[in-house]
Amino acid sequence: MAHRWTNTLTHKDVTPRAHFMNRRQLMAGAAAGVGLAGVGAGAQAEETLEPNPWEDITQYNNFYEFGTGKSDPATYAGALTTDPWTVAIDGLVEKPGDYSFKDIMAEMTVEERIYRFRCVEAWSMVIPWNGFELADLLALAGVMPEGKYVRFETLYRPEEMIGQKYRTIDWPYIEGLRMDEALHPLTIMATGIYGKTIPNQNGAPMRLVVPWKYGFKSIKSIVRITVTEDQPVNTWQALQAREYGFYANVNPTVDHPRWSQATERKVGGGLFSKRVPTLMFNGYEDEVASLYEGMDLTVNY
Amino acid sequence: MTVVDRINAFARRVPTWVLYILYLLPVPWLLYLAQTGGLGREPIKALEHELGEIALQLLIIGLTITPLRRHLGINLLKFRRMFGLLAFTYVSLHLLVWLVLDVGILSQIWADILKRPYITIGMAGFVLLIPLALTSNNWSVRKLGAGWRKLHRLSYVAVLLGGVHYMMLTKTWALEPVIYMAVILGLLALRLPKLRSKQAA
Repeated sequence: MAHRWTNTLTHKDVTPRAHFMNRRQLMAGAAAGVGLAGVGAGAQAEETLEPNPWEDITQYNNFYEFGTGKSDPATYAGALTTDPWTVAIDGLVEKPGDYSFKDIMAEMTVEERIYRFRCVEAWSMVIPWNGFELADLLALAGVMPEGKYVRFETLYRPEEMIGQKYRTIDWPYIEGLRMDEALHPLTIMATGIYGKTIPNQNGAPMRLVVPWKYGFKSIKSIVRITVTEDQPVNTWQALQAREYGFYANVNPTVDHPRWSQATERKVGGGLFSKRVPTLMFNGYEDEVASLYEGMDLTVNY
Repeated sequence: MTVVDRINAFARRVPTWVLYILYLLPVPWLLYLAQTGGLGREPIKALEHELGEIALQLLIIGLTITPLRRHLGINLLKFRRMFGLLAFTYVSLHLLVWLVLDVGILSQIWADILKRPYITIGMAGFVLLIPLALTSNNWSVRKLGAGWRKLHRLSYVAVLLGGVHYMMLTKTWALEPVIYMAVILGLLALRLPKLRSKQAA
């Protein structure tokens, strides 16, 4: 079941398809309560979201598997083989096993999601993803009632991922979500950008996108999904627990110990691009704030 | 004629203004790159980092002048003031990019200086360089006498703060800032009295 959440307007509404790749002027934001899933009907103020051009999205990346520089992934990710690709789905699921990417795609409905993307380093983009809801993929394997968390793992293949030849971080990269976050209709597995196959540097063939969390939660090139009872320890939390937590929700009022999170700068604005205020939950407060009711977000950062 | 003699003879012939121009060329070049996409999709951070790195390199070059003469007999003393002033120029530009282009919000600038240790440390390094830049002229050297040498030992602290500032801003263990720090510590170690007297003996 797809289409639990939709942009009220997409670029198709504004411009003929032939032109929208150039104009990229579109409306987004208000989440319609799409029936069955009952996503927050309380829509936030309608706002113009202008997606970054393809070049920003594909040439300015954090993907330490290919090096720590922002342009390293675009330079080196070409070496990665993404076909064939298998995702192991295991742990507390009814049908554990190796799922080929092809078989998964045959079952999924791909749709477009235009999301804000906010890095923990205080830069941001707007990205027109193509993908399917993680909930649909998890349904394929059948989550058992004891399953409370989902753990994700990136490919470890140093022959093709040159950044993995150095122990900058403890490979493979690990991320995790609470089950309600994983099943939330905003949470998707992206397989494309601007209607094209997702480039390797953006996490081909399949990467997570959780738009209300800092970018590092949106783990790339996933080879294993494990449903667990205990909260997984994600890579950055293991590395620096004081600076990076499990939740990593975008929150302008909780600073990173070394820099402020109150503002951000959209990539691609050139030398004189100004910072803009960061939005609570990256602008998805109406949709996700209820997940964290009663939680102290300064402790659960 | 030994290699050292050749270097010294060459250094005597090179006017300092040539080196001033040479070392200032990266400024218009970086601005050009930033405007034309040569610094990547986010030129502000890239420009800030490039300027900071050049500043640190110049400070390190400044630290090599004395040991080069003392231990190898290479005399580049006439360039020392120039390297110091160039380093100060690059540190100032680095700071200016951070103030105006990067943050640009006065309340956040102030909060960052007070609350973020790596910015506090970088700022302290810059402040220490101000009196050094102001006294980098013949008149001050004459006027301050022996005090001038003492004052200019502040540069040791400033370089050290610069190295720490760089090490603190990376998210993971990175090789480059560690190499810079090792070079800085090595050059400062050469100034310890023990090592100096060993050489003299």
